[in-house]
This record gives sequence, C-alpha cells and structure tokens, in this order.
Amino acid sequence: MYNKGTIIPGLIIFVLFVTFPIWFNGLTTAGDLPKPELPPGGEKKCVESADYMRASHMQLLNKWRDNVLRDGNREILEIDGKKYPKGLQTACMNCHSQKEKFCDSCHTYAAVEPYCWDCHLTPKETASKEAIH
Amino acid sequence: MDKHRRKFLKIAGASVVAGIGAPAIIKLTATPALASGQGVAAAGHEAAPAAEHGGQGGHGEEAPQGVRLGMVIDLRKFNERPELLDAAIATCIAVHNIPEFPNSKDEVKWIWKAPFSGVFPEHSSQHSAKKITGNPAVSLCNHCDEPPCVRACPTQATFRNSANGIVAMDYHRCIGCRFCMAACPYGSRSFNWYDPRPYIKKYNKDFPSRMKGVVEKCNFCSERLALGQEPACVEACQGTGAITFGDLNDPNSGVRRLLDKEFSIQRKPSIGSKPSVFYIV
Repeated sequence: MYNKGTIIPGLIIFVLFVTFPIWFNGLTTAGDLPKPELPPGGEKKCVESADYMRASHMQLLNKWRDNVLRDGNREILEIDGKKYPKGLQTACMNCHSQKEKFCDSCHTYAAVEPYCWDCHLTPKETASKEAIH
Repeated sequence: MDKHRRKFLKIAGASVVAGIGAPAIIKLTATPALASGQGVAAAGHEAAPAAEHGGQGGHGEEAPQGVRLGMVIDLRKFNERPELLDAAIATCIAVHNIPEFPNSKDEVKWIWKAPFSGVFPEHSSQHSAKKITGNPAVSLCNHCDEPPCVRACPTQATFRNSANGIVAMDYHRCIGCRFCMAACPYGSRSFNWYDPRPYIKKYNKDFPSRMKGVVEKCNFCSERLALGQEPACVEACQGTGAITFGDLNDPNSGVRRLLDKEFSIQRKPSIGSKPSVFYIV
C-alpha cells in the first residue's frame, strides 16, 4: 500500500470523528435519559395519567389556552377533590413548582424551546419579585 | 367567411350591450314599482326586516342579545377624591403585571389618567366648568360593541367575546403589527417596545406578563370575573360608586339603572364604535 503512514491514521481519525456522538454520549452523561423531578409537595395525581401527560401535555395546554382565552370556558376542573383552574400558572406550576428541575429536564434533552416562558412566569421568577396577592 | 364574421360580431356586440345594460334597466324599471307600494309582494318584503328588528321601530338597531358587560364611570366622584383613581390604577398594575417604563412614550396603559379634552374631544366646549375639564379623566379600553381594533387585526389575536361582549386579546396570536393601535380611536392599546419583565415592580403569580413585541390592553379582568370577582379597578373603588360594572343588556342591572337615572356620555360617539364604558360628568 502506498502512503500507508498517512492513510491509516487518517482513517482512524475519520472513524473517530464520524462516531463522535456515539462514544461521546457513552463516556459522558449527555446521553442519559432525563429524570424529571416529581412535585416537591409529593402530589401523585395529575389532571390526566402520567403517560398521557408525558406524550400530550402540549396539546392539553393548547386546548386549555383556547378554552380560556377564545371560548371563554374557564370552568375549574375538579379531580379527586383538588381544583385545577385551567392554566399553566394557575394549575400546573402549583404542583410542579420547579420548572428548572421538571420542565427543563426533558425540554433540554429533546432540544425543544417552548415559548411558554416568554410570558408565563415560573414560581422562581415570581418569588424574585414577591407578589402582593 | 366574411359574412359569418359580420354576423358573429353583431351578435357579440349586442350581447355585450345587453349584458351590461340589462341590470341597470331592470333596476330603473323595478324601483318605481316598489316605491309606490304596488302589490302585496312589495309590501310584505318591506315588513319582513322590520319584524326582525325585534320591535325596536323604524330602522333602529337590532335587539341586543346576550350579555354585554359595561361600566359607568362617575367622574364627579373621582373629582372629589382624586386618590381613588390612583388606587384603581395601582391595583390594575399590580394585578396584571403591567410594566412601568420610564419613558412616557413607551408607557403601557390599561387604565390611566388623561386630560378631559383628550378623552372627550367631541364634548369639550369653550366655557365648560373648570371642576370638570380641569380634572383628569379616567381612560381605559371601551370594549366597544363594534370594535375597530378587531376589524384591523390580521390574526384575530384580538376579538370580541360574544358571550360577554368583552374585547379580548389572545397574546399567543399577536404578531405585533400594531394595526389595532392605529385602529383604536381611544389610544387604549400599548405596545411592548422592550422586554417588560425588568419594569414590572411586583409579580402577580396568577397572571402572565407579556413579552417584547406584543400589544396589550385592558381585559375587563376576564380572569377575575371567571372567579366571581369584580374587576380590580371596580373593587378598588368599592363603596364609593365611582365605577359601576354590569350587564348593559339587562334592564335591571346596576349599570342600566344608573344610566336610566343620570345623564351619561360615551367617548367619540360619532365614530360609531358603541363604547361599553359610559361616563357621568
């Protein structure tokens, strides 16, 4: 083989480079499945099953948004005696009070950047400027 | 061949003249018949729309249907106690996470003070009482029955809620084109030129803020009404009778009783937007 000294190291570098995502995720924690932290208050029940929420919480939020803002349907959901006024801030964040440890854990992993938080306030943010209500 | 072409052109020309002229001729000949009231059919045709108007008489408006929330603001009470208005404005700011930008050009206004002549340009006269025109007037979104802003919005981000007559905003849809600001005759809409968060003094955890690039305005406290509460400004003036809130379509509501009793005015009535906010001056 001609130019053995150049081709073989070149091939090794090429293979290492192409497989970078595989061995990098294997060696570091970047590829580990996210573990969203459950509500600190110990709530076990949500408005829907965990499976449904995991897969379709965004559709549910959109539905609530349209119910509340466009259809004027602000009916307060009551599930097992607990009241959930439809809304990210009024229902979800009451239990899932740590957006950074719950929402972000999966969103960062999946590289999605929902724009909810452009307007909606996280409990951490509201705490930074204490409200009067 | 020549002969055929001549014939074709003649027919085509006659058809064009007939096509253009026929509707005009029908209109000209049909109108006198209707006007003179000949025939039962014509009379019946005229009577039908009148019945649809719900007995309002003449060529009046359609009978109001459903709920139309409105407000009666008694400016006399505010003139007596100016601190009431400050309290109402402060409550609104606190409840709705309204930013307070230092530059007045960037001001975000839901309910605010404005000179009387600015609020009522059509009602200002040469020699009006100083106690009225010298004091600031309350200004807020009028939640018009015929809202010009809704017609201007290209995304239906702002719309009239047919259930209660509130002109609502869906900030999720607002693209920040500011057509509604140009359309609103009352200056009731404000644009967020900057990120509002740093300029919000205190957060209300149950209400979102807005983001840079959206328009915002008074929502008649839809979120509080849903909980059975009164709008924040109404609550701030509770017991003084400065602001009365209720259904304008209900003849027995507080607002209607007040409007029946007192002389009231609306802002810029000539525009025809039918504001739901009434003023007693």
